[in-house]
Amino acid sequence: MIEPEVSTIKPQPADKKKIFKIWWVAGILALVTAAEFYVALQFPESWKGFKIFLFIGMTFIKAGYIVMEFMHLGHEQKSLMWTILIPTAFVVWLLGALFIQADAIYQAIYG
Amino acid sequence: MANSVTVNTSNKDLWAGGAEPYKASYGKLMMWFFLISDAFTFSAFLIAYGVIRFRHPGYEGTLSDFSFSQTYWPIPEKVFEAFPFFHGVELPLVFVGLMTFILILSSVTMVLAVEAGHRMDRQGVEKWMVWTIFGGLVFLGCQAWEWSHFIHGTDAGSRLLDGSIIYGANLQLNQYGPPDFAAFFFFITGFHGFHVFSGVALNFLIFYQATVGILERRGHYEMVEKVGLYWHFVDLVWVFVFTFFYLV
Repeated sequence: MIEPEVSTIKPQPADKKKIFKIWWVAGILALVTAAEFYVALQFPESWKGFKIFLFIGMTFIKAGYIVMEFMHLGHEQKSLMWTILIPTAFVVWLLGALFIQADAIYQAIYG
Repeated sequence: MANSVTVNTSNKDLWAGGAEPYKASYGKLMMWFFLISDAFTFSAFLIAYGVIRFRHPGYEGTLSDFSFSQTYWPIPEKVFEAFPFFHGVELPLVFVGLMTFILILSSVTMVLAVEAGHRMDRQGVEKWMVWTIFGGLVFLGCQAWEWSHFIHGTDAGSRLLDGSIIYGANLQLNQYGPPDFAAFFFFITGFHGFHVFSGVALNFLIFYQATVGILERRGHYEMVEKVGLYWHFVDLVWVFVFTFFYLV
């Protein structure tokens, strides 16, 4: 006969402050996404460079909140945080190197 | 006098597994290292997109005069302006914005599942995992619609130089612009979509394990945390795809 499963573990009560913090961060993410829309559709076309600057800035704000709060990296040991963050500098190098290359290709075809 | 040796018990042997590096468990640390390598893969995709875009001429005129052409790179908000059940209505980026919002929300419910796991609240974990899985499935459904629309194309299609009209896009022809644009759309959103799919599968596995009590008997809900890291990463990648593919 299979015994009915009995749970003796009592869940601890939820910390209201912690739950509020989660929804607070969610609100910020929603707000930044809404702001991105506003910039994309309402700002004049001639502000192209400024718009791109705003998009990239807002993307990094969102990325920061997701990684530091949702993924909890901001609350881990500082050495772990830097172990994860510093290698992403290689991405910046790749970006720089390949965009110089792309410009050279463009110049060779259309320049 | 007896020989006495002072043993410093707090100084564990670091090379014999006596201590957790970074005070993080093995599984969590390995998940972080996997995510970093995955971040490089997605960076390579997005940077390659930037390079190919940069080597094509951009559109010079005003937004209202824009038409699809093979000679310059299309403006994303002119390509992605359709919404299910609103055929023929121009709604630039609204659908993809909705998808972004759905994925962020499912990331929030994942954090709530992890939080419930910390408190050993099995019912809480079950409830929030269901919402997370639901969010993931809705996102995948939206993406399937977006792909279908992109592949079938607009009513008018686009005229090629030889006079023929093409509709939609595949890996050879693309009515919206240079074929590379469609190729990158398929590869980047496809690779991300596959991550979402595997994330939903993992989430379901953890939901199942929580439901049958495996995680409760184990004494901790760390698996929810580890899979949660992966799920947040999928959301994080989408934030970048949204900006660099759809907005810029």
